[in-house]
Amino acid sequence: MTTATISRWDRFRDSFLWYSFKRDKIAIVSFLVLVLMVAAAVFAPLLAPTDPYDLAQINIMNSELPPVGMSGADAAFPLGTDAQGRDMLSTILYGTRVSLLIGFGAVVLQAVLGILFGLLAGYLGGRVDSILMRIADVQLSFSTLMVAIIVGAVFKASFGNLMFGEIAIYMLIFIIGVAEWPQIARTVRASVLAEKKKEYVDAAKVMGFGTRRIMFRHILPNTLSPIFVIATVQIANAIISEAALSFLGLGMPETQPSLGSLIKSGFDYIQSGSWWITLIPGLVLVVLVLVINLLGDWLRDVMNPRLYKG
Amino acid sequence: MLAFLVQRISQAILVMFVISVIAFAIQDGLGDPLQQMVGMSVSEEEREAIRDEMGLNDPLVVQYLRFAGNAVQGDLGISYFYGKPTLDVILEHLPATLELAIGASLIILFFSVPIGVYAAIRPQALLSKFFMGVSTVGISIPVFLTAIVLIQLFSIGVTVDLFPADTGWGQNLNSALSTEGGLPSYGRGDELTHLFGTWHSGFFSQGGLLHLILPAISLASIMLPLFIRLIRAEMMEVLQSDYVRYARAKGLQPGRINFLHALKNTMLPVITVGGVQIGTMVAYTILTETVFQWPGVGLMFLEAITRSDIPLIVAYLMVVGLIFVITNTIVDLIYGLVNPTVKLTGKKA
Repeated sequence: MTTATISRWDRFRDSFLWYSFKRDKIAIVSFLVLVLMVAAAVFAPLLAPTDPYDLAQINIMNSELPPVGMSGADAAFPLGTDAQGRDMLSTILYGTRVSLLIGFGAVVLQAVLGILFGLLAGYLGGRVDSILMRIADVQLSFSTLMVAIIVGAVFKASFGNLMFGEIAIYMLIFIIGVAEWPQIARTVRASVLAEKKKEYVDAAKVMGFGTRRIMFRHILPNTLSPIFVIATVQIANAIISEAALSFLGLGMPETQPSLGSLIKSGFDYIQSGSWWITLIPGLVLVVLVLVINLLGDWLRDVMNPRLYKG
Repeated sequence: MLAFLVQRISQAILVMFVISVIAFAIQDGLGDPLQQMVGMSVSEEEREAIRDEMGLNDPLVVQYLRFAGNAVQGDLGISYFYGKPTLDVILEHLPATLELAIGASLIILFFSVPIGVYAAIRPQALLSKFFMGVSTVGISIPVFLTAIVLIQLFSIGVTVDLFPADTGWGQNLNSALSTEGGLPSYGRGDELTHLFGTWHSGFFSQGGLLHLILPAISLASIMLPLFIRLIRAEMMEVLQSDYVRYARAKGLQPGRINFLHALKNTMLPVITVGGVQIGTMVAYTILTETVFQWPGVGLMFLEAITRSDIPLIVAYLMVVGLIFVITNTIVDLIYGLVNPTVKLTGKKA
């Protein structure tokens, strides 16, 4: 068993992926920053000085303290405090956690829907294809953010504020996942159309395999690399969509903030000079999205770029 | 061509039908008009009588047909909050959004074309690389964050005192990095000119234009990187084509080749993609208007959600849906007209 893992590692070290990664400084830096941010988010409960969800640890007297380095700062709060006296460092760590969780969850949902519909449309063709792709076209022409805003608005109006706040994470994953599935479905369909004509598919058909088996066991594994590329970029998009929805008040409540709702709650205090409440989470958001996008660009260049752009 | 026209228009009607069904479902599922109209004291029999009278007990299909029939005639119900027909409320707010979109489009046009063309002509130049780098970063910055940073910089102002103020260079650096602020960041101001109907314009007064600067820049900032990349990519492709190489061999002026011959063929795909981006623009106006309290339809929609003003939400959905469908159909038709290779079946190759 150990020999198998060693050889796999060797295969990885010899791969083109690793080769081009080692030579791309931007990719290396982005990857390190991303790993750092994900680790900080995952271990937020261990790293954060205070628990922002625990009301007992918050003192309103500490509200709107500036970050260290400015006059009036308190060393206990390196990035200052927000209007409720919560430590900014802790809320940002927990907020990144929520944002990443939603981004990742939404992309998993998109991938499930997108792969399923993309495979069906591409492999079955005909009427199934034209109906599914028409729906995708129409949905994309409305722009995914618009669809997400409308679905979010309808959910919020039907559930009410309190209820919506409790299940907001699942709601957001659902909204963003459903709003963005056409992106992945189109990519999958394009690669399925290319794979479908190849001989191994004919061979599988001749051997009498069922449609489902050919779709999922034979074609799907060969379409994974473009899916991987677009899924990376889609995580960044999902995080931005989540932030936008939260900023509009259609996302995470202030009691369980994501980066977007931190920016929103800080925005109310920007006119009073407390810029850090809104701009520091904003900077974290931009860095997070930027490194994911840069990694996505790099992956697209390394893996087959044609399918993604088409 | 006629087949193409018929096919596109019937598709547009189908999409509009789906939107109206969704809108009807929202109205039916969320709002009980009776609850809004009558008090607690009204008995159940009386309620039932009013329901019958208003047609709320009719089959859903009949109710939908009534809803659609009213909608076609421009009757989309009465807003709970404004107490006016929802279409009037939307028409009152629409000019503000249109002016914001026009301002942003002008900025996009004036910056994306020269930068995109330059980056295509000299892909290796340092300045091109700088522009492309900035546009990668720009795509990663959400529009509301750009808006907030702009407010901090140019409305509130920043005073930098990082460097020692007692030295000459420190003071110079401090003042170079500080910004004045003072630009308005709230609403449209009160110097509006009445044009016609419900259109009050901010284009004709200094105050109105000043109020437009920050929101328009914010809205433009999110679309600008996309257009720069698009123009650059299209232009690079056109520059490879035979007729451009022929023009070069003939010894035409480079400026004439680039801006007259090449740019013309670059702009076609850019315009069609730009048309499709209108949907994205509407979504971003909601965000921009929220940050700047710009009294357009986006802010109105968001306020309608907080107020649970169901008729207004539904009306907004119908109007925005109609705008999308019309622009997409027109873009499709223009594309079909100028590019006859588009398959008549409408399937994208």
